[in-house]
Amino acid sequence: MVSAGHTNGVWAAGRRSWTGWRFVGPFMAVFALVFLAPIAYSIYLSLFRTRLIGGTAFVGADNYLKVLQDPRFWSAFGRVALFLVVQVPIMLFLALLIALAIDSGRLYGAAFFRISVFLPYAVPAVVATLMWGFMYGTRFGLIGNIDEAFGISLPDPLSPDLVLASIGNIVTWEYVGYNMLILYSALRVVNPSLYEAAAIDGAGQLRIIWAIKLPALRGALLIATIFSIIGSFQLFNEPSILKTIAPNSVTTYFTPNYYAYSLSFAGQQYNYSATVAIVMGVITMIVAYLVQLRGMRKAA
Amino acid sequence: MAASTPVAGRTSIPGRGPLVIRRRHRSPGGRRSATLTVLTSLMLVYTLLPLVWLAINATKTQEGLLGSSGLWFAHDFALFGNIATTFTYKDGIFVRWLLNTLLYVVAGAGGATLLATLGGYGLAKFDFPGKKAVFAVVIGAVAVPGTALAVPTFLMFANLGLTDTPWAIIIPSLVSPFGLYLMWTFAADAVPKEILESARVDGSGEFRTFFRISLPLLAPGLVTVLLFNVVATWNNYFLPLIMLKDPDWYPLTVGLKEWNQQALTAGGEAVFNLVITGSLLTIIPLIAAFLLLQRYWQSGLAAGSVKE
Repeated sequence: MVSAGHTNGVWAAGRRSWTGWRFVGPFMAVFALVFLAPIAYSIYLSLFRTRLIGGTAFVGADNYLKVLQDPRFWSAFGRVALFLVVQVPIMLFLALLIALAIDSGRLYGAAFFRISVFLPYAVPAVVATLMWGFMYGTRFGLIGNIDEAFGISLPDPLSPDLVLASIGNIVTWEYVGYNMLILYSALRVVNPSLYEAAAIDGAGQLRIIWAIKLPALRGALLIATIFSIIGSFQLFNEPSILKTIAPNSVTTYFTPNYYAYSLSFAGQQYNYSATVAIVMGVITMIVAYLVQLRGMRKAA
Repeated sequence: MAASTPVAGRTSIPGRGPLVIRRRHRSPGGRRSATLTVLTSLMLVYTLLPLVWLAINATKTQEGLLGSSGLWFAHDFALFGNIATTFTYKDGIFVRWLLNTLLYVVAGAGGATLLATLGGYGLAKFDFPGKKAVFAVVIGAVAVPGTALAVPTFLMFANLGLTDTPWAIIIPSLVSPFGLYLMWTFAADAVPKEILESARVDGSGEFRTFFRISLPLLAPGLVTVLLFNVVATWNNYFLPLIMLKDPDWYPLTVGLKEWNQQALTAGGEAVFNLVITGSLLTIIPLIAAFLLLQRYWQSGLAAGSVKE
C-alpha cells in the first residue's frame, strides 16, 4: 500500500481514514476477480505446456520463444499493424473534419449532424458487420446492384485481397462518430474570447483552426489515437462475423486475437493461446505508451 | 492517461460542476454556409445509408431480398410478417434472447454503474491508504486489451462451474474502468466539499450523505456512464460467444450470428430476412435511448474530456 505522506489530502488532517475503501472496495473486489486474477492466471498458464503424453510440464519461456518464431502470429500481427497505420489515420482525419465543421457554427442543422454521425456507435458490431457484409455481397447487396445497373463487374469486397480494407470501412463507420464526439467535446471548452481576440486581429477561419483549435485538440487526439491503437490490436468481432458470410477470406489466424481464440476454442491449446494473448497485450501497452510519450513531448 | 489538454478558462462553479461547459459559444463568422453543409452531408450519407438499407430490407421476404434492388422496396411489404416470424421462429427463441439481453443489461450495466459511481465518488472525495495504488492499477488495466483476458477468464469460470450460466456474462460486465474514471472526474467537480463537511457536522453518516446529498448531484454523470455501460453490455459479443454453449442463454448478438451462420451449414435453412429484421429490432432500443438522452450523455462526455 502506498503511503501518501502527511499531506492534508482531500480533507483536513485526521480525515484520512479507511472510510474511502467502503466506497471503492466493491469496485476493486470485482476488478480483482475479473481483471487481476485472469492476468495472473494467464501468466501462470503461459509458463506451462500440456502434452498428450506426459501431462502438463513447466517449460519456462519456451512458449514465448515459440510465439516469437511463429509465422502465423507475425502474419496476424502484420495485418493489424497495416490496419492501424491505414485505417486509424483515415478515421481520425474524418472525425477531425466533421468536428471542426460542426464546431464552426456554419452548418445548417449542426445538432442533427452531430447525432447522426454518432448513431453508428449504438449499433452492435455484429449488426454493423452483418449489414455491411450483406451490402458488400454480390447476391442481394449493393455491389450486385451497381454491377447490374452499369453492366460492370466490380471487384468483390469480400475476396481475400480486399477483405481487410472492407473491415477497415466497417470499423471506420462504427467509430468515426465516437471519435468526432471526443474531439468536438474538446473544442467546446475552448474559451470563446480567444476567437474574439483572433477575429479582432483579422485572423481567418483557417488561421483560427491552425493556431487555436488544433493545439486545443492535442490531448483529445492523443486519447482518441491510443483508444484506436488498442482497438486495432484487439480486432476480432468484425473478422469473426464476416467469416460467417465469406468463410474463405478470413483465416483462423486473421488477427492475433482471432489466433488466440482459435488456439483455445478449436485447438484446446490453452497455454499457447494465453502466451499469444500476453505477447499481444505487452506489444499494445508498449505502443500505446510510446505514442503517449511522443504526444506529450510535442505538447511540451 | 496523463495527457493534458490546454483548457483555456476552465471555470467551475461549485455545485454546478462541469455542466458549466455546456454554455453556448459560437466561433467567429457566424454566417452559415450552404457549401460546407453540402460537403458535410456526404458524411451523413455514409453513416446513415447502411441504416436506411437495413430498414428497407427488413420489409422484404427471403425471395424479395434476392429479387430486388437493395435500395428500394420489393413488391410486397413484408415488414410485419417478418417481425412476426422473427418472434415466433424456432419456438420464439428470439424473445428468449431479448429477455437474456435485458437481464445482462439490467444486472451488468446497472451493477457496473453503481460500482463505478461509488468508487469514483470514493476516489474523488476521500483520502485513504492505498489510493495511489488503486489509481495506478486501474489506469494500467485500461491499456490491457480486454480480449486478452478472455481466455484465462473463461478457464477460471469453467473451473468455478460458471460457464453456460448468466453469471459468466454478468460478473465481467460489472467492471468498467472507463466508467470509474468518468465518475471520478465528474464527482470531483459536481459535489462541493463544503456541503459534505456541513453534512458531517450535522452528524450524517457517509453513506446517508452519499445517497441523500451527493447522488442527485452526480445524476448527469451517472446517466452518461449508465448509457455507455448499457451500450457495452447490449452489444457484448465476444464474452458470450466464448462463455455460452447453450442457445437458451444467448444474447441477441450471438443469436443473430447463429441465424446468419445457419445458411452455411449443410441442410441449414437460409433466413436472411429474419437476420435483417432481427438486426433492426436489436438496434432500435439503443438508438432510441441515445436520441432521448442526448442532453445527458453529451454533457457527461464533455465533462470527461475536460480532465483528459
